[in-house]
Amino acid sequence: MKFRSRPDLFRVLCWVASVATVATLAWIVYTIIRQAHPAIQKFGFDFLSGSAWVPNREKYGVLPFIIGTALSSLVALLFACPLGVAIAIFLSEDFLPPVVRQIVRFVVELLAAIPSVVYGLWGIFVVIPMMQSFGPWAVKAFNQTWVIKGISGAPDTYQGIPLLENLFAPPAYGNSLLTASFVLALMILPTVTAISRGALVAVPKTLREGAYALGATRWEAIFGVILPTAAPGVVAANILALGRAMGETMAVAMLIGNSPRLTSSLLAPSGTLAGLLANQFGEAEGMQVSALMYAALLLVLITLGVNMAGEAILRYTQKRTAGIL
Amino acid sequence: MKITSLLTLAASAILATSAPAQQLSGAGATFPAPLYQRWSKEFKDKTGAEVNYQSVGSGAGVKNLTLGVVDFAGSDAAMSDEEIAKVAKGVVMIPATAGSIVLAYNLPGVKDIKLSREAYAGIFLGTVTAWNDPAIAKENPGITLPNTPIIVAYRSDGSGTTFVFTKHLSAISPAFKDAVGEDKSVTFPVGQGGKGNEGVTAIIKQAPGTIGYVEYGYAEHNGLSMASLQNKSGNFVKPAPESGAATLASVELPANLRIWPADPTGAQDYPIATFTWLLLNKKYDDATKLKALKDFVTYGLTDGQKFAPELGYIPLPAPVVEKAKAALATVQ
Repeated sequence: MKFRSRPDLFRVLCWVASVATVATLAWIVYTIIRQAHPAIQKFGFDFLSGSAWVPNREKYGVLPFIIGTALSSLVALLFACPLGVAIAIFLSEDFLPPVVRQIVRFVVELLAAIPSVVYGLWGIFVVIPMMQSFGPWAVKAFNQTWVIKGISGAPDTYQGIPLLENLFAPPAYGNSLLTASFVLALMILPTVTAISRGALVAVPKTLREGAYALGATRWEAIFGVILPTAAPGVVAANILALGRAMGETMAVAMLIGNSPRLTSSLLAPSGTLAGLLANQFGEAEGMQVSALMYAALLLVLITLGVNMAGEAILRYTQKRTAGIL
Repeated sequence: MKITSLLTLAASAILATSAPAQQLSGAGATFPAPLYQRWSKEFKDKTGAEVNYQSVGSGAGVKNLTLGVVDFAGSDAAMSDEEIAKVAKGVVMIPATAGSIVLAYNLPGVKDIKLSREAYAGIFLGTVTAWNDPAIAKENPGITLPNTPIIVAYRSDGSGTTFVFTKHLSAISPAFKDAVGEDKSVTFPVGQGGKGNEGVTAIIKQAPGTIGYVEYGYAEHNGLSMASLQNKSGNFVKPAPESGAATLASVELPANLRIWPADPTGAQDYPIATFTWLLLNKKYDDATKLKALKDFVTYGLTDGQKFAPELGYIPLPAPVVEKAKAALATVQ
């Protein structure tokens, strides 16, 4: 009753809450920029292109970490995208009774509730041993000499398979980019599934029925009508998942091997920006703090950009599907 | 009205519970944390005073002490003169315990490997890359070494362990000093990084062919094989509390008590051992706090030392304890 007689109080509360949220973000960015300032002034854009991160020699270049961040997230998405979209299609169609669908959906979304450090531990005890047997096998398979009968009939020999031999170059480590990507894929699976499913469910019934009326089979309806209509939403789901993978810290720091060296092999240890911060911030001092803040600024900008792109596409889709109705 | 009275009630409840016992707060190095926490528990049983030590890392400990948010700090790298200059109340460095850093490895069926100075410097430089490299095989005539690559594991986080280890490698190998150098976080030319002693331990445990540097206590508790290292006199010494104590006994402490035996000279000295320090202010305004702190540190330096071996640390040699007590007496 009290609120009803003074309706302004609630409005003020909402205002304060929303302004506080925006102000906090601005404050965080301001603090990062202020602390990163000495490094920005000293290293400028060389910071982005430099490939050596040597704190005791005051050499700071984050290129390996930017590449590591991008590559680990993209490889994770390579696993998570087909799997997640497939699950989303499965859950948005009536293949299963609604109760079972609800359970599957709940379980997939539950993956998002598992703490990062638990994924990290699971990775150490399950994924790393798997990679330790997969790694040497992949190295052997993709780097061996192949003898293939050429067109002329004479056998041609090939040393390794192009590209794959670079991606799976020896030596194979347990803590590697591939290990981290594999666990990341599981972590972002709920994001891909939930948002893709939302987009698929939002496809108007009329479209689906129209497709069936024209004699389309279920698969033709899914791949010819429903998926293309929901495509922007599915793309947005993947971009948002990518953003999440890029910012993921603990599990990645535990699994990726934290190496600042540039490498093309997925089986070699690598590093990410978030992992770099988590590893080195505690003991950093002087210019190293500033350089780490610069790296943090880059990470904020990258993830902010990726997330904004995802949101923008999602908004656009919602408007578009709303128009069809 | 109701809310305010509730708040007062809550506030008074909080105040009531925290008021009586003397509380000390400390923060810093993770390496000696288990020992400090043990001291804290025993000290509380004895005196009722509560000592809260957060293991946040040496660097963070030094930062907290500089900002004055803790009563004392712990650091494996002590404090540099520049860092000390920033602390208005001054700093007294007191060696509190010590430990060895070991090269733990995972090589099924191969026990008690011996590594010469060239061999282990080479491994961490990336020049010795296979387990049957002549540099390793030469010193291990009775052992069949596999022809498998050596996987190096290092600390990915900034750490006092890395500081002491790279200081030693820089002292024995000019090539290492040139290529990598010494610091709390360096860039090794080979290998993979694990976070914390436990991270490196996990990597070593899981992957055959791995070698890495960890604190003695971690290797011991996890049952890892440890290499005997060649010291300056040319002898191969097994890591153990006794050989570490031998190293520390031969150290001449300077006036500020800050020293690292980068390359100890004694015949039976284990080559990589280090003190870890408690950092106190020179002056405390609160007399009861000062007394509790002094009691705690004195307890640690005397009775507390007996817990060191079981937790994997090296008890301080008697002359070091005397000097540490003298330094503690200067705190006011």
